[in-house]
Formats: sequence, structure tokens, C-alpha cells
Amino acid sequence: MKRFLGFVKKEFLHIFRDYRTLFILFGIPVAQILIFGFAVSNDIRNAGVAILDLSHDEITLKLTDKIISSGFFKKTETLLNYKDIDRVFKKGKTKAVIIFENDFGKKLISEGKASLSIIADGSEPNTATLVTNYTTAIVNDFTTELAGPVLNNSIRISPDVKMFYNPNLKSHFMFVPGVVTLILILISALMTSVTITREKEFGTMEVLLVSPLRPIQIILGKVMPYFILSFINVLLILALSWLVFDLPVKGSLILLLAECMLYILMSLSLGILISTVSGNMQQAIFISLIGLMLPTVLLSGFIFPIENMPKIYDYVSSILPPRYFIVIIKNIMIKGTGLMYIWKETLILIIMTLVFIGLSVRKFKIRLE
Amino acid sequence: MNNTVISVHNLVKKFGSFTANDNLSFEVYAGEIFGFLGANGAGKTTTIRILSGLSIPTSGEVNVAGFDAYSQTEQIKKNIGYMCQKFSLYEDLTVKENIILYGGIYGMSKSLIRERLIELLAKLRFQEYENRMISDLPPGLRQKLAFSVAVLHEPKIVFLDEPTGGVDPITRRQFWESIYETASRGITVFVTTHYMDEAEYCDRISIMNDGKIVALDTPERLKKQYNATSVEEVFIKIARPDT
Amino acid sequence: MLKAVESSGISKKFGPTIALDNISFSVNESEIFGFIGPDGAGKTTLFRIITTLLLPDEGEMSVLGMDSTTDYKELRKNIGYMPGRFSLYQDLSVEENLNFFATVFGTTVEENYELISDIYSHIEPFKKRLAGKLSGGMKQKLALSCALIHKPRLLILDEPTTGVDAVSRSEFWDMLGKLRKYNITIIVSTPYMDEAIRCDRVALIQNGEILSIDTPQNIKAGFSRKLFTVKSAEKYKLIKTLRKNPEILTAYPFGDSIHVTLNNNTLDNSLYEYLVREGIGDAVIMEAEAGIEDRFLELMEKDNGITNKA
Repeated sequence: MKRFLGFVKKEFLHIFRDYRTLFILFGIPVAQILIFGFAVSNDIRNAGVAILDLSHDEITLKLTDKIISSGFFKKTETLLNYKDIDRVFKKGKTKAVIIFENDFGKKLISEGKASLSIIADGSEPNTATLVTNYTTAIVNDFTTELAGPVLNNSIRISPDVKMFYNPNLKSHFMFVPGVVTLILILISALMTSVTITREKEFGTMEVLLVSPLRPIQIILGKVMPYFILSFINVLLILALSWLVFDLPVKGSLILLLAECMLYILMSLSLGILISTVSGNMQQAIFISLIGLMLPTVLLSGFIFPIENMPKIYDYVSSILPPRYFIVIIKNIMIKGTGLMYIWKETLILIIMTLVFIGLSVRKFKIRLE
Repeated sequence: MNNTVISVHNLVKKFGSFTANDNLSFEVYAGEIFGFLGANGAGKTTTIRILSGLSIPTSGEVNVAGFDAYSQTEQIKKNIGYMCQKFSLYEDLTVKENIILYGGIYGMSKSLIRERLIELLAKLRFQEYENRMISDLPPGLRQKLAFSVAVLHEPKIVFLDEPTGGVDPITRRQFWESIYETASRGITVFVTTHYMDEAEYCDRISIMNDGKIVALDTPERLKKQYNATSVEEVFIKIARPDT
Repeated sequence: MLKAVESSGISKKFGPTIALDNISFSVNESEIFGFIGPDGAGKTTLFRIITTLLLPDEGEMSVLGMDSTTDYKELRKNIGYMPGRFSLYQDLSVEENLNFFATVFGTTVEENYELISDIYSHIEPFKKRLAGKLSGGMKQKLALSCALIHKPRLLILDEPTTGVDAVSRSEFWDMLGKLRKYNITIIVSTPYMDEAIRCDRVALIQNGEILSIDTPQNIKAGFSRKLFTVKSAEKYKLIKTLRKNPEILTAYPFGDSIHVTLNNNTLDNSLYEYLVREGIGDAVIMEAEAGIEDRFLELMEKDNGITNKA
């Protein structure tokens, strides 16, 4: 045990001595959260909207007034026909156009439903999402207000959301789960694989192997410090996203942290596996970055929704652990669901972890060659 | 013999407050095998960098192959060759490709490269290796080839950094014979090493310590002067321990 | 006498390359045993087999009375190993390196300080310095301290003097000599023939084969012919001229002279006269005692059938 603790202490010394890496380790997630957070919170103040009111009745005027006076929006123009939409978007100030259909007020009162279109500038996905979400929320609010005193309960305004430039945009653009997913797998897998291959490269692995240290002690000793660091990183990201971005964890925090630990463990064992197949640090870095970061960003559903991918990418992404973790973390953080809804993904991660650990212990050599 | 190819007068090189070369003065002659010795960190590398035009002196006069070490570093580089133990040839290129590459770097014409290539392969009995990858050659052959490549463009001076460390005794002697042969053609061979038995092969040696040259003479006279049986003994008597 | 290492018929291949070919030797307890040979001779591979890091393809290796293949766990506790590159943690300080290796072997620096004090005292003033910032000689001393810290019964040093200056090399061998009193068996490798003299016994190794095993004195004495040195200011001309003479068996440059052996093994005036005739008037010919390197050359010639006649 003393041997093991001595080993862990040495690993911590390596980490703290290389303060540049340490800075990156904690600096990058913080920077990402702050950049996303501020970019988003600024844009939704006074976003430009244009109104195309084909009905021009009392209700549409009231609703327009409610939207504009909410503080989130600022009216840029009043349009007269559909042709103007293209022109107004091209000018750039307008982030969304709200269109009331013909006889909006009449239909609402006589038929109990009317439709309203929101066309957002999809070239700025973040803003587009927020603008449509906010507008929808205001419209819903308006409907409830209107329904109570004036009319019967069955009226409905159905907002029809369209993206002007980027029609595939998913409405649940949530970057915090994505950042957590990416950062954890990167730090854990990259750092462990590098720290093990470094020992090989500098020849110190030879001495460790000739010592009474057991392979499992070497592996755990390498993994432990990064497990702790990664976990601190999770707490840091969650705290920041809550403080800066007001993003609370809707579901169980305990469950979330437990899932994070599982995911960290998975990433660490993946890192060890990488180190057993790469001969030097360069290879380890290459495999970790190209092999993990790119697929995580591109295929895990972090940025591009899996539903919209060609089937083949869907299959490829199904072997990527981040794909499952992103579902888990989104469910817990945003939807507030419990283990009931994510047990499948959790199980897959557990199986992956076991496979990786099994493979690395098998592949970790007690001799050279 | 007394045709000076390197002349150094009061060379000083400082890095901030640290003086790496402290007032060096020496001359090296054409066709001489000059051993440049010193402990780790004595300042050898700094001097070599200046002599090969990679670094500018802080003060003093330095002339290499007739060119000034302050203003004519590009001409200096064209007139010297360089070989070190660790790197000299590209391992993932063939023998022929390496020769063509180096010839090209030194601006030799295609026909001249071709001519030297054939000459070289014949001299080293290398024909069968022409299209072999460097990484497939035994270390001894690699070393011989590296040396031949370093003098491919007939430089005035060739710098060798620990040239024969770790090779077998026969290869080592063959290597020194090719150094002798090169020197007999008038090319100056400037050898840096901290293996003193390599120094024994040189015509003259200088020993550096703490940025200064503390001894400079033929190995034989130095051995007499210090009452020693080997250059190693001379060195140990001169150099302080590095701790 | 007890044997620290006993090896019989060890062979090891890497793909088509034969690294070790039927190596047999034994090392006595508490002696300094040297493997002398050039890079690529197989020294490192052999050391990795002794230290249980590699398995031989063929042959048996018993180390400290244990089988190096099956008893590797027990063996690893008793071996101190210093690989070719000083394997230190560059980003840890001198002190931290030493403490780390002590803990890994389940001991403390204090416990075995006496053993390393002589070596460690040289670098102790720099104990807060990072290992990466040490000079070659200091790295070497630290690596030796780390390899010794658990008081191993067998110390294995792979090219400990490569890349280190002459003064540090000499000090290093003095330190190994002082370790004798602790009854530690030391196996050391080096490509430098002149270091053979510092060992009790040496094995000359080349191309994966052992050419000879004996005390340095006996190895020198094994040189079968009379050896002469010839000196002249014009060395290159001298070699070429010597090689042309049919009486010369071998002529090799050795530092400032040429080492020569003769076909009839006796020196008379004819060689000097020949040299003068050929225009080398300053030739000085003397009989000399053969060194390890002369013997190595002779053995290599026998082994490969090489002659160096022009």
C-alpha cells in the first residue's frame, strides 16, 4: 500500500510540476463555459424581430406588443408581404420574422386556433434557438392569458417554427453537456495515455517493471490522480454553468455525479488501452486527439443531431462512448429524468468500461516487447 | 601545412550574464585533424555553433575558411561539412536518396552528384546498398556513409561530433582511416568528443574547461608535459570534476 | 564459488535479426563483470533477459539461484537496474527521484543511506534541482543511487558511462570499486574497451556472440602474436605503405601510432629500411604490449575471417 501511495504521490508531482498542462486542464473548460455563456446571454437582449402581420387585428396587435415589450426583442421593421422576408434577413439586424396568417384574430375566436410562423435566421444557430424559444414561450403565455377571461379554454395558437438558412437546427442546443462530455474524455484518455507512454519513452518503465510494483498498482497509480482531477473538473463546470449561465441540474445531482464518475472511469481505461497500443507519446496524442476528439465533436450528437445523419454515421457513432454519455447527461441536467430513462445508456457505458479495463490489464505487459 | 583555415582571436560568447566562451584564441590549419575536447558544459557546443555560422560571437575575431563569422555566415555554411553521431542521414530514405538530397542541399549539379555517387559507392564497396533504407544498414556502415556525405561537396572543413562512439574496433579503425584520407586531401577535420581515446588519433588537441582553452598541443607533447600515459590522464589532471 | 548469474545457450531473435546467439556464461557472486562490445552487439538484450524484462527464445538463465522466467516476481525485488538511458523522472527533483524509487522498493532513503552515501554525497548539494537540469555526470550518479537504494544483491548497469565526460567516468568506476565491500554483484556493459581493466572479468561480445570471457589480464595475454607500434608524422601514408608490404599481417591505426603484426612474428631491420625506402624517414618502430582492443580485433578477425590487407 505504501508503494502504491508513493506511486500516486509521484504522479501528482508530475501533474503539478507541469503547470502549463494543468492550466490547460482547468482553463479550457472554464473558457468554454464562459465564452458560450456570455455569448448566449448577451444576444437575447434586444434581438431584432420583424413583423409581417397579414391580419392586423386587435389580437395580433396585442400579441406583437407583448413580444416587443418583453425586453428580449426589438422591432426592426413592419413587413408588408412575404417577399420582404428575404430582404430583411439579408440586412442582418433581424434575427427572426413573426408572421400572423390572414384573419388570425377571427380564426382564433371562431375556430379556437390560429397559426403563427416564426422564421429565424438559422445562420446563427444559438441566437435562432433562443429567439424561437423565447417567442414561443411568450406566445404560450399570451394564449393562457387570453383563454382564461375572454374565451373558452380550447383556443390554441400553434407557432410554426422555421429556420431560414439552416433548417436542420435542433432546438435543444445545450452546450454544457457537450463540453462536459468532450472535456472528460479528452483529459482522461489523453492524459493517462500520455503519462504511461512517457514512462516508456524515457525508459523509466523498464525500471518500474523490474521493481516489485505490480502492473495493477502501476495502472491504478496512473489513473487515480486523473480520476480526481477530472472529477474536480466536473464540479467546476457544473458550478460555472450554474453561476454564469443559470443552468441548474434538473434531475438528481447524485445520479449525475455518479454517471460522471462512470464516464471518467471509462475514459481512463480507454486511455490505458491507447497507451498499450502506442509506442510513444506522439502516437498516444495522435490517437487520443484524432481518434477521440473529432468523433466526439462530430458524431456523438454534441453539435450535429444524430437523427439527421446518414445511417452509416449513426452506426459509427454507436460505438462511441460519448454518444451515450451525452444522452445521459442531457436527460439528467435538462429534462430532469431519472435512472429509469437512461439505464440502457448507463449499462452500455458500464460494459464498455469493463471491456476496456479487461483489455488493458491483459495487454499491459509485465515485460518489454 | 601552415595554411590557416580557422582563426579565432579573443572570442567571447555570452548568454546574458553567463560566459560560455571566455576569450578563446586558436588556429587550425588546412589538412589538420584537430581534436576539440572538454567536459560536458565546458562550452564546446557554443564554439562549434559559432565556427559553423549558426551563432554570432559577442566579441572577438573569428574567421572560418576565409569568411568572417559575423557577416559571412552563409558563405561559411557552404564551405563546411557536419556530421554528428546521433543524426546525419534520414533513416527512411535510401542510400542513394540521401546522397542526392545532400548534394542538392549544397547546390551541386546533377551530373556531379551522379559522379560522386558512383565514386562513393565504389570506394565504400556500397553498390549493393544503393537502394537500401538507411535504417536497414548496420551502424558501422551508416557511420561511414554519414562521413562520406558530410564531405560530399568537398568542404574546406568538416566538423565531427563524437564520430566513433559505440562502434566495433574494426569499423572504428576503418573510419579513422577515411578521416586520415580526407585530411590528406587537404580537408580540415575538426573533431569534438569527450572520449579521450578518440583524441589520441588527432594531430593536435585542445582541452576546454569552464569556457576557456586550458591546453592546446599535440597529444604526445601534452602527455609529456603532464607526465601521463594517455590523453585521458591529461584530461583528468586538467579538468576539475563537474560536481 | 556461488554463482550470481548462470546462463546456458541463451538465444534471442527479433524477427529475422539474431540479437543473441547461444550465449553461455556465469558471473560469480560479488564480482564486477563487464560486457564489452560495440552498439548492436546484443548487450542490452542480454541485460533485459537477466532483469526478467525479456524472455529468451532458447536457453536457460538462472539469476541469484532463481529462474529468470518463472521467478520473476521474487527476482525483481533483488535486482537493481540502470537502463541505457538514465531512466530518471526529469520533472522530479533529485531528492524526489530517490525517495520515489525507495518507496517503490518498499524501503526508505535513510535505511540504506550508508550504501549510497559515497555516491549521493556528490549530488546532495543539488537535491532540490530537477533531474532534467543535471549534467550528464550528475544524472549518472543519481541513477546509480536510485538503482542501489533498495540494497539489491545484483546490480545491472547498461552502458552507465555513455555520454559522460572522462572525469565522471573515472569517478564512476571508482564508486563501483567501493561497492565491493557490500558484496553486491555488479554486471556492467560498455562499448569502451579501455574500461575493461576496471572489471574483475569481462566478456567480449560482438554480433550476439561472446568472443572471449576472462580476466582483463588474461584476455590481453591471449593476444597470439608480437605487437609493434609504428609512428610517423604522416599517418595516412604510413598505413598505406605498411599495407603494401607482404611481411605485414595486420596494420591498424591506434591513436597516434599504427599497431602492426608481422607474418613471421619477428622484427628485424628490414621493416625500417623498407619504410625509409618508401619515403618515411621519421618512422619509429617499437615492440608493445597488446591491449584489450588489440585482442578484440584479433578475435573479430578470426570470427569473421576479415583481413585488412589492402
